Amino acid sequence: MGRTLAEKVWDDHVVRRAEGEPDLLYIDLHLLHEVTSPQAFDGLRKSGRTVRRLDLTIATEDHNTPTLDIDKPIADPVSRAQLETLRKNCAEFGVRLHPLGDVEQGVVHVVGPQLGLTQPGMTVVCGDSHTSTHGAFGALAFGIGTSQVEHVLATQTLPMARPKTMAITVDGELPEGVTAKDLILAIIARIGTGGGQGYILEYRGSAIEKLSMEARMTICNMSIEAGARAGMIAPDETTFAYLKDRPHAPQGADWDAAVEYWRTLRTDDDAEFDAEVVIDAAELSPFVTWGTNPGQGAPLSSAVPDPASYEDASERLAAEKALEYMGLEPGQPLRSIKVDTVFVGSCTNGRIEDLRAAAEILKGRKVADGVRMLVVPGSARVGLQAVSEGLDVVFKEAGAEWRHAGCSMCLGMNPDQLAPGERSASTSNRNFEGRQGKGGRTHLVSPQVAAATAVLGHLASPADLSETAAPAGV
Amino acid sequence: MEAFTTHTGRAVPLRRSNVDTDQIIPAHWLKKVTRDGFEDGLFEAWRKDPEFVLNRPERQGATVLVAGPDFGTGSSREHAVWALQNYGFKAVISSRFADIFRGNSLKNGLLTVVLEQPVVDALWELTEKDPQAEITVDLEAREVRAEGVTASFELDENSRWRLLNGLDDISITLQNEADIAAYEAKRPSFKPRTLTV
Repeated sequence: MGRTLAEKVWDDHVVRRAEGEPDLLYIDLHLLHEVTSPQAFDGLRKSGRTVRRLDLTIATEDHNTPTLDIDKPIADPVSRAQLETLRKNCAEFGVRLHPLGDVEQGVVHVVGPQLGLTQPGMTVVCGDSHTSTHGAFGALAFGIGTSQVEHVLATQTLPMARPKTMAITVDGELPEGVTAKDLILAIIARIGTGGGQGYILEYRGSAIEKLSMEARMTICNMSIEAGARAGMIAPDETTFAYLKDRPHAPQGADWDAAVEYWRTLRTDDDAEFDAEVVIDAAELSPFVTWGTNPGQGAPLSSAVPDPASYEDASERLAAEKALEYMGLEPGQPLRSIKVDTVFVGSCTNGRIEDLRAAAEILKGRKVADGVRMLVVPGSARVGLQAVSEGLDVVFKEAGAEWRHAGCSMCLGMNPDQLAPGERSASTSNRNFEGRQGKGGRTHLVSPQVAAATAVLGHLASPADLSETAAPAGV
Repeated sequence: MEAFTTHTGRAVPLRRSNVDTDQIIPAHWLKKVTRDGFEDGLFEAWRKDPEFVLNRPERQGATVLVAGPDFGTGSSREHAVWALQNYGFKAVISSRFADIFRGNSLKNGLLTVVLEQPVVDALWELTEKDPQAEITVDLEAREVRAEGVTASFELDENSRWRLLNGLDDISITLQNEADIAAYEAKRPSFKPRTLTV
């Protein structure tokens, strides 16, 4: 019987397989950041261990970094201490680090792909659940805890039980204005936040094959929000074209050998998945969340659901608690929800294509009075690219704040936070209670919906704009 | 890692589903660089409510958390496990845990026990009615016992062995160093490197 993409990559990384034990998997790339690594380095020091493969390890600073005044000392002493700890650890152990201010600094999941370090058929880990992003290249990529970070630093391997496989097949054409973000939010609403638990997801079908690498990363990024550790997409010509000539992409004969191998990774025609979900792309529309987990979402054209409509008692209770926290009423049209803040950025939607999409909508328009809009590039390089295209000017002229790269308001570990009761439309990945700041209320949206929402001041899609004010002089 | 064999203690019934890691330990606590001192951050937002179950005087000193389905969803932060342990929890019972949280818990000796929701319901009813009721989590027998409840649970033999003996994963893996070196010797040359060495 044939094998799936996930099974092929898994099999190619088994260092040791023994009855009654988890497989020992080799790790091709280990990404580090300041938040989940300090205790791991401490563990190495305590046991007198070193980093086994410095040449497969790279660190950057993202979660704590400010997005303003990055040339000044970091105001928060605790954040500063954590960043200094990473710098000391990287210097002591010899790990390559891209600190704040470095041109390669940025959100770890944006940095890996743009350097060409993330390639098909690799195993990639990081002490961050959104490591699933790298699966867009046909890599097996998953988030790990700090004990596992220490384990990989010391051994370059991880003992892992092999997950099951789930195919998420999306056929057909995404309608105009429907993005990868809408698609993944719809998938999570369909299978639930626990639906992918124990599985590696493989997104496939004609609608997936047409997506750019940036869009594929958006989809794989949120696999964890469906409970899956990893999400993958088979590598194809789009993948190879993205990688070619990146700083760490193979060169010359190595490139040819790599592409030849990468072409073998696609799921065999006769392979079987343990579960399968089929989605018709044509039925999708802009999608937003109304609740406090990423599965609590609905089409923008619909209304806040009535908790009483849920048959399952725990889902009903969860919906009641979510509406109470979010300050919403059952039956309220989603388009009527007014926001205070719009955030464009994060490892989900902080890449150049996302910024272009938001800028295209904002060009010649203004952010509504009383709305604060933050645009935070996913990496310093994305920021430079945006500036070279004049996108920063578009954002600033529209009244948005153009910031430096980092995780920023996705999780508010730096000063970019919502105040209690404030409501955001956010292109990030989690709408958990207090995620963007204590008492903050988050609606997850695509960059396009974020931009349209910024202009109108309430949840909206670009289609709503064309009916109101046509941009002047564009 | 501290070994886990069996534990008996009073419980905290937490009737919530989808308790994500941002609820267990909010992000601003993640700036600490130690594995301890997270107890005050545990469920920080909810603890502002004096009626929150963890704040009730009769729950002080409880060591077994009985939670709703999909406990520990979201981020990979191991701080969530440390916060529960720092607070004094030895075991968490739920009908479903998020994968990364579960893996993190077992690596730290916090036993996460999966039981069917009706059993969780029974434990909620018992411990809500009688806050002094004790729950025993017996890893050797793979069994949870409380008044009127005896339920067996599954845990793979390898994880159980590591927990019962408090074994260090890294030491176990390093016993297979020769296998790792042999694998490395045949890795393709086109695989990327972060450094030129």
